[in-house]
Amino acid sequence: MADVELRSLVKTYPGAGTRATDDVSLSIADGEFMVLLGPSGCGKTTLLRAVAGLELPDSGQVVIGGRDVTYLEPRHRNLSMVFQSYAVFPHKRVRDNIGFGLRVRGVPADEIRRKVEWAAEMLQLTDYLDRYPAKLSGGQRQRVAVARAIVVEADVLLMDEPLSNLDALLRLSFRADLKKLVGELGLTTIYVTHDQVEALSLGDRVAVMKDGRVTQCAEPTDVYDNPASEFVGGFLGSPPMNFLSGTVSENGHGLALSLGEQWIPVPAELASYRDRTLDLGVRAESLRVLGADEPVDGALTCTVEVFEPLGSSVLLTTVLSGQQMKVTAPPDFRASPGDELRVAPTQTRWYDPETQLLLEIG
Amino acid sequence: MTVTKPVSAPVAERTLPPIDLAPLRRRRIRRVLVQLACVLVSLFMVLPIVLIAFAALSTPDELAEFPKSFFPSDFTLDTLRGFVTSTGVLPAFGNSVLAGLYTVVLSLAVGAPAGYALARHTFRGRDAYQVFMLMVRALPIVVLSVPLATIFLRVDMYDTVAAVTLVHTALAMPTTVLITASIFVAVPTDLEEAARVFGCTRVETFRRVVLPLAIPGLAAAAVFTFVLSWNEVLGAGVLTIGHRTLPAQVLAALADSPQSYRLAGGLALVLPALLFILLMRRYLLSMWGSRG
Repeated sequence: MADVELRSLVKTYPGAGTRATDDVSLSIADGEFMVLLGPSGCGKTTLLRAVAGLELPDSGQVVIGGRDVTYLEPRHRNLSMVFQSYAVFPHKRVRDNIGFGLRVRGVPADEIRRKVEWAAEMLQLTDYLDRYPAKLSGGQRQRVAVARAIVVEADVLLMDEPLSNLDALLRLSFRADLKKLVGELGLTTIYVTHDQVEALSLGDRVAVMKDGRVTQCAEPTDVYDNPASEFVGGFLGSPPMNFLSGTVSENGHGLALSLGEQWIPVPAELASYRDRTLDLGVRAESLRVLGADEPVDGALTCTVEVFEPLGSSVLLTTVLSGQQMKVTAPPDFRASPGDELRVAPTQTRWYDPETQLLLEIG
Repeated sequence: MTVTKPVSAPVAERTLPPIDLAPLRRRRIRRVLVQLACVLVSLFMVLPIVLIAFAALSTPDELAEFPKSFFPSDFTLDTLRGFVTSTGVLPAFGNSVLAGLYTVVLSLAVGAPAGYALARHTFRGRDAYQVFMLMVRALPIVVLSVPLATIFLRVDMYDTVAAVTLVHTALAMPTTVLITASIFVAVPTDLEEAARVFGCTRVETFRRVVLPLAIPGLAAAAVFTFVLSWNEVLGAGVLTIGHRTLPAQVLAALADSPQSYRLAGGLALVLPALLFILLMRRYLLSMWGSRG
């Protein structure tokens, strides 16, 4: 067990014009589950590989458990890793796959046997120990890869999109299993994913990356509720956060953001934006659908474009003075395209249209 | 707002067009044609070998008859025995086997690392290097052999199996490098990286992970190289006199030997190559995925 400290990591791949990771610094505490989240090409995998030693940074430093490992061979870093493709050795039985790290380290055979059986039991692989990976399903191979990673008692567990090759149902069940397992073992984990649901459900903290930089690093609920930028708000959550653009002006009620004929109150702290444009960020579930004659101040009227029943809720794609807005409604709600809808925002975030960064209120 | 959706009519009321069987027939005909083509191609390859085998198993007297019967009237090993016991054949056979095996070992020892480098690393001049590899094959063997013969004479290597091995290795190198490169490309990089993360050095990674997965492909490359060496006659003919390989020996003796010698020699040349391929067939066809 160990903490991980990344300092100003820069990596440019040969022939690439832009930096894969651009001056990334990150501290991961002992026993913490850190998720690196971002779209493909954002540098999250490069960062993970730099920690693993599979990629050497151009500059910057990697420290694991107080020891500098920046340019150290992977095998001297005492890590374990789960690969996206599982990377289970096809020519070795499940037993030898799981015990691979121990065998290479010269652990006595009976101890290997004991540990392999322990890991196999944790991951429900006991019945498959003497099979070859070709005879296993995708989910079982994945569990072999995880078992192989946990038997070696490494300082840090690295996971590179370990669930992305599983089908949706398996992913859901394995996600919970994984969280339980890692929680029980108390492993320091760095987990790379492009799936925001995985990131929110697994991480103690989530580092959202874009263009080789960490845009925001915070607890999942914080990242979800207070996206530091419009990118983060748009990347996390399904549907993504709505952004409505308008001009701030003073009307009879104070500061207001004009959205066509309608308006919505703006906090007094944002007075400097008077007569300038401002972006409103509001999540679909933060828009309460109002009854026909429910009187609410600041209610907005929009037109339904698409009605999608999702079982546990209803997703509405609406248009508000030319701007698209997603609204989540209760499952028994019914509407047809063209219907008028009144909604009231319950939680609003404000963004500067130029920097696209969150404007802190209070 | 009321929306009426189109509803399909009850099943019984709809009339469907009759099932069109023509595509199915076309598919069957195509399958038969493919089978026919396979048989024809196989016959084209196998028939000469079968004819030579029959001839080599006939009595020398029968070979002299005209017209010959397709099946020999009685099988005999006399003809083959005559060939094997004639001067120089057995030592030449030994030389051929040795040259073939040495060539396999040497070309894999030199070529496989080059193939691995081509498969795993991008380096300046990689493409040029690949083309350059093939340059050896652009020169006719005869053109290569004569200057080589003078060099070997000077360094006292002329007329040795070692000299033949060196030439055959050079000839096999391009294919060995390119074949092994494609084999190593097929071994996922992830597996190597996993091995390295879990504590292997580069060499250990190769031994524990890459090599076991590459073995079937390497065996195929070995077969290819062996057969290449076994069949090569021009270079071997120029570079040896007393220590000829079998094809060189047969070629040299061809002009002044009876017909039975030629036919038996033909079979003796074909058989070992066929046998070697047959033995390696398991490796050629089986991959780890299909293991029981």
